[in-house]
Amino acid sequence: MLLEIKNLHARIEGNEILKGINLKVDAGEVHAIMGPNGSGKSTLASVLAGREEYEVTEGEIWYNGKNLLELSPEDRAREGVFLAFQYPVEIPGVSNTNLLKTAVNEIRKYRGEEELDAMEFLELLKEKSKLVELDQKFLSRSVNEGFSGGEKKRNEIFQMAVLNPKLAILDETDSGLDIDALRIVANGVNKLRSKDNAIIVVTHYQRLLNYIVPDYVHVLYQGKIVKSGGKELALELEEKGYDWVKNNKAEVTV
Amino acid sequence: MSTTETQRIEELANREYKYGFVTEVEEDRLPKGLNEDIIRQISAKKEEPEWMTEWRLKAFRHWLTMEEPKWSNVKYPPIDYQDISYYSAPKKKPKYNSLDEVDPAIRETYNKLGIPLEEQMMLAGVAVDAVFDSVSVATTFKDKLKELGIIFCSMSEAIKEHPDLVKKYLGSVVPYTDNFFATLNSAVFSDGSFVYVPKGVRCPMELSTYFRINASETGQFERTLIVADEGAYVSYLEGCTAPMRDENQLHAAVVELVALDNATIKYSTVQNWYPGDKEGKGGIYNFVTKRGACRGVNSKISWTQVETGSAITWKYPSCILQGDNSIGEFYSVAVTNNYQQADTGTKMIHIGKNTKSTIVSKGISAGRSNNSYRGLVKITKKAENARNFSQCDSLLIGNKCGAHTFPYLEINNSTAQVEHEATTSKIGEDQIFYLNQRGISTEDAVNLIVNGYVKEVLAELPMEFAVEAQKLLSISLEGSVG
Ligand SMILES: Nc1ncnc2c1ncn2[C@@H]1O[C@H](COP(=O)(O)OP(=O)(O)O)[C@@H](O)[C@H]1O
Ligand SMILES: [Mg+2]
Repeated sequence: MLLEIKNLHARIEGNEILKGINLKVDAGEVHAIMGPNGSGKSTLASVLAGREEYEVTEGEIWYNGKNLLELSPEDRAREGVFLAFQYPVEIPGVSNTNLLKTAVNEIRKYRGEEELDAMEFLELLKEKSKLVELDQKFLSRSVNEGFSGGEKKRNEIFQMAVLNPKLAILDETDSGLDIDALRIVANGVNKLRSKDNAIIVVTHYQRLLNYIVPDYVHVLYQGKIVKSGGKELALELEEKGYDWVKNNKAEVTV
Repeated sequence: MSTTETQRIEELANREYKYGFVTEVEEDRLPKGLNEDIIRQISAKKEEPEWMTEWRLKAFRHWLTMEEPKWSNVKYPPIDYQDISYYSAPKKKPKYNSLDEVDPAIRETYNKLGIPLEEQMMLAGVAVDAVFDSVSVATTFKDKLKELGIIFCSMSEAIKEHPDLVKKYLGSVVPYTDNFFATLNSAVFSDGSFVYVPKGVRCPMELSTYFRINASETGQFERTLIVADEGAYVSYLEGCTAPMRDENQLHAAVVELVALDNATIKYSTVQNWYPGDKEGKGGIYNFVTKRGACRGVNSKISWTQVETGSAITWKYPSCILQGDNSIGEFYSVAVTNNYQQADTGTKMIHIGKNTKSTIVSKGISAGRSNNSYRGLVKITKKAENARNFSQCDSLLIGNKCGAHTFPYLEINNSTAQVEHEATTSKIGEDQIFYLNQRGISTEDAVNLIVNGYVKEVLAELPMEFAVEAQKLLSISLEGSVG
């Protein structure tokens, strides 16, 4: 099992947001987490990534045989956890290339691998930027500064491609993308799918799931997973709307 | 605790102030206090001619009529000027032909600093005029410079060997009446560097001086004068480190630059005097007057400074743009952490026609420190078509520090074009988290952001200096987040 979340409770500023999440994700799988706004999807993503503002009050997270909650955010990243942020932050003065070079080499160092030399690194960037059809000019620009919403999202997937994570969490990567960009980004993600890694796709529209077809779909509502199923669950949700879930809370599956 | 963790903690503990150590050298010093007799003694010890002694005395008499300035945004306990010794020098003052003759304790100091002179000389092609306390003990590359007619020596030597040049230019940019600290310096200045680049000569190497305060409780009063004659070019580097010390130490240097027709002077500083401990105890008071005169047409003076040290920095490297089409530049990074205070900036005085100035100031405040930019752009009546661009940015790390900007504009000619941009930003937790999430530690994240923020200024520094400056920045900001 790559990831196992057991009875996870988390709160922020005294409010309990996650109220007992259970989830198992195996390598090679793609899981979609859907749910209305405010149901706790980003909170779950943040807790997985190790954001300190969120206090875990109960439960466990096991990742690749390690207690994830004991690792610092940077060590989680070095262990292969990647979060594509819903709202990627701008970092003026730090170029994309510089960020990625530092990140790649920190991760390699952690794993006891040699740092990449400048040539190898540029080669890697070139190859991966093709994957999401990212213009080379974005490489030298400051991280997300002045990027459009769609460019930011594309940049997140580009970073994912470069860092090659074991577990990628994509938080609303589809929002802000037009249909062409959506297709490109989804294509990129699909090329990154392998039997060795897993992807958690967080979204509240099923649109993205036409392109990134999940193995499992979970519905998050008021801090709990209230429904799980196969890819057809997304279609059902689309058709019936979230009210359907809200009225069927009893049907909780694990 | 694992051994690597223990090692790391030890490493960090030892890194407190890397350059904090004291070299034991026999020294010759004057008793504390300041009066005409002391000034005569300083002058006598330096075997100065009468005119120099008189100049010092004139300055001293004027100083007695002055009051310490209180307008800057820094606070410190009153300084007892009678409780300072105004002269200290390694006992024997020999002239060395080779490094082997230099006092081993002094050479050891350089080795600890990681700047062995041999290496500096051979690798970097830098001529080093090393100021150890108040007296120059080693001057190198002199012969090569001599061939080109370039004079690069200590101020003391220049007073003896090139009195005409010194008489002509000393005090011509910063008169002995200029301000409290500059006047004090004029009275008691110990030593410093003198550079003269003759007409049409491009100095082929960076001229560099390492300063170092060594004798306890001895204020250091450097005096530097650089003259670039018509069509000349010179790039000068000044870098300092100072040993750990408990008492506050006064440092009041004066630097004067003169650029004649078509001449260019580039003056770069990396300042890393002891900033005081985490509680704000100790540290250097750095009250410096730096000013350049672009006297000739098409002349250019460019100041670049990276200020990470000192408990208090009070410093405004300025340009007087007299010559038509002359250019003044000021690129600055000033970092304050813990209880450091900095009030720094520049003055650009436009007098000639078509004069141009650029100001790029990047302040970084962390801890409980206070960082002020203070700048004046003055366009005089006759300065037709003067242009200025100023960019003053402040970066805050944490919630307890302060950043202030005091831009003053005096425009007396309607053809002037003046642009001012200012930003204040904060290293946000969400930025740090974003970088953490990419596998980058908080400390590296801060460095990454800071290096991005200052790169425009560091790009103005000579390569090897830029590398050193980057290291200094990261050491100065250690532990400022998280
Ligand atoms: N910093 C915060 N302080 C207080 N409440 C928060 C904070 N962040 C999120 N929340 C609340 O947590 C709930 C879940 O938010 P979020 O995880 O962003 O939902 P989703 O991503 O599913 O839209 C919302 O009700 C939101 O208002
Ligand atoms: Mg969300």
